Amino acid sequence: MTTGTTTAPAGSAIAPRRRRADDVAGLGTARAGLFVAPALIIIGLFLLFPAVWTIWLGMTDYRLTGLQAASPEFVGFDNYTDALTDPSFWNSLWLTLIFVLFSGIIGQTLIGFALAWSVRNIHGWAKALIEGLVLAAWVIPASVASFLWLVLLDRRSGTVNGLLGTEGTAWLIDHPMESIIVFNIWVGTAFSMQLFSSALSAVPPSQIESAKMVGASGWQQLRDVIVPNIKGHILTNTLLITLWTFNTFTPYLVTAGGPNGKTEILSVYIYETAIPGGQLGLGAAISLIMLLINLVIALGYVRVSRGRKKR
Amino acid sequence: MTTTSTPPSTETSTAHVQKVAANATLRHYLSRVAFAIIMTLVGVLFALPMVWLVLAPFDATPSLTLSWPDWTLDNFARLAENPYALRSIGNSLLLGIGTMMIVVVLGALAAYAMSRIRIPGRDGILYGLLLLSSIVTGTAAMVPTFQIITQLGLINSYTGVLLVMAGGILPTVIFILKDFMDSIPKSYEESARLYGAGPFRILRDVVAPIARPGLAFIAIWTVVQVWGNFLVPFILLRSPDLQPAAVVMYTFYTESGQADLRLISAFALLFSAPVLIIYFIVNRRYGFRFHGGIKS
Repeated sequence: MTTGTTTAPAGSAIAPRRRRADDVAGLGTARAGLFVAPALIIIGLFLLFPAVWTIWLGMTDYRLTGLQAASPEFVGFDNYTDALTDPSFWNSLWLTLIFVLFSGIIGQTLIGFALAWSVRNIHGWAKALIEGLVLAAWVIPASVASFLWLVLLDRRSGTVNGLLGTEGTAWLIDHPMESIIVFNIWVGTAFSMQLFSSALSAVPPSQIESAKMVGASGWQQLRDVIVPNIKGHILTNTLLITLWTFNTFTPYLVTAGGPNGKTEILSVYIYETAIPGGQLGLGAAISLIMLLINLVIALGYVRVSRGRKKR
Repeated sequence: MTTTSTPPSTETSTAHVQKVAANATLRHYLSRVAFAIIMTLVGVLFALPMVWLVLAPFDATPSLTLSWPDWTLDNFARLAENPYALRSIGNSLLLGIGTMMIVVVLGALAAYAMSRIRIPGRDGILYGLLLLSSIVTGTAAMVPTFQIITQLGLINSYTGVLLVMAGGILPTVIFILKDFMDSIPKSYEESARLYGAGPFRILRDVVAPIARPGLAFIAIWTVVQVWGNFLVPFILLRSPDLQPAAVVMYTFYTESGQADLRLISAFALLFSAPVLIIYFIVNRRYGFRFHGGIKS
C-alpha cells in the first residue's frame, strides 16, 4: 500500500493495467501461475504422488519379477496383516526404537548439549577445533563417514582395538547395534551442539548471575535456570533428531543390516524387502507405516513450534 | 525452640563451616575434572576417524591403524589413473550441478511469483509443502519412488535421479527463497516498470541481482545435499559407470573383497574435501541458518 502512494503521480499512466496494488511487477495472475507451475509439478509428481501411490501399492501383490510384476493383483490389506504378523517386522521396529532412543534422543542430545555447554565460555583455537571436528563429521558424505568407522573398528588392525587393547574383537559382529549407535552419534551430534550453543547464548546472563549469587551449584543452575529457559529448544531438537534418526539409511553402509538382521532398522528392512527381495507390495505397505509414524512426529513438531511462536 | 537444637559454640561452628566449604570445593573440582575427562574422551572419539581421513591418503603404505604417515602424493597419482574413481566424481558433479540448476531456476520463479502475487492460503501451502518434504523422506518413499521411476522408464537414467532429488529439495528452496524475495523493495520493480521493462526483464535485471546472495546460498546448499546423497542413486541407477562417488565409494570396499587402501583413502579425501571447504566458508558467512535447514 505504501508503494501505491509514493508513485501516485505516475500512477495515472499505468493505473488501467494494474489490477492489484500488490502486483508491482505487472506479473499478472496467469503468468504467476506459469512461474509456480513447473516447481509444483515436480514436487507433486516426485514427492506428493509417491506418498499417495504407497497406499495403492501397499494393497497389491506387486513384485519386481515374475507374474505379479506384469499384472499385479489387488490383495486388500493382506500385506498389512502379513507385515503385522511377521516377527521380523516387529523385530525391525524394536531395533529402530532402540536405535532412535540411544543414538538420537539420548546420545546426540546429551553429547550435543555437553559439548555446547563445555565450549560456551572458551574462545580461540580450542573452541574452533572442537566445533570444527564435530561439524566436519556431520558434513562429510555418509559413504565416507561409514568407511572411516569400518576402518576404525576393523577386527585385525583397527585403531579402536589398538587403543583399548582388545585385539581381535570384531565390533561389527559382536556388538553391531552398539556400533551403529556410536556411529550415528558421531555423524549427527553437530546439529544438537549448534542448536544448544545458540540456545545457551540466549539465556539471560542476569538470571545465571543471580543464581550464582544465592549460591546455586553448577548442577542447580543447570536444572533451575538453564533447562527451563531452553525447554523449547530441547523439545524441538528432540523431535527433529527423532525424525531424522528414524529415517536414516546410513547404518546400512556400516553393517548392511547384519549380522543376521541384528541391525536391520526399518529403513534397511524396507530396502531389503522391496528391492533385493523384490516384494514391492509388501515393502510399500511397510513404507506407509513408516510415513504414518513420520507424520505423527512432524505434527508434534508443528505443535511445538507453534506453541513457541505464541509465547 | 532453642532447647531442641542448641547452637554450637562459635569456634566449632566456624570449623564446621570451613569443613563443609572445603568439601564443597573438593566436590566441585572433582566434578570439573570428571567432566573434563569425559569431554576429552568425546573429543578423541570425534577426532580419531577424522585424523585417519586426513593422514592416510598421504601415507606411502596406509593401513587401518592410525599412524604417522610416510609422506607421499603417490596415492593421488594412482587415483588420477583410475578412470572408475574419477568418473564417479564427475558423475557426482553432474548430478549436483544438474539438480542445482533445476532447483534454482524453478525455485526462484515459484518463490518470486508467490512473493508478489497474493494467493489465498499461500503461507499455509508453503508450510504444508515443507512439512510434507520432511515426512516423505527418501527412505519412507523409496518403494513408490522406485516404482514410479520404473514405470516412467527413467530407471538407470540421470533424468530420474535429478527429478527425484529436485522434488525433495524444492519445497525447502521455495520456502527460503520466498523470504529473500519478500525483502526486495517493490519500489525497484515499480521504477523499472515506469521505464517500460517487462516482467521477465525485471526478474532478470532487477530481482535476480538483488536476490543473488539467496540464490548462491540455495545453489551451494543443493550441491552439498546431492553430493552426499547415497540412497537415491543407489536404488535408481544400475550401471556402474553412471554411479556417483557416494555409491562407488561403497562398492569399492564391499565387492572387491580386499580393499585397496591407497586408492580408497585418497578417494575418500578427494570426495569429502569439496563439501568440507564449501561448508566451512558458507558457515562462516551465514552461520547457523545453513544447517538449521534440513540436512538429512
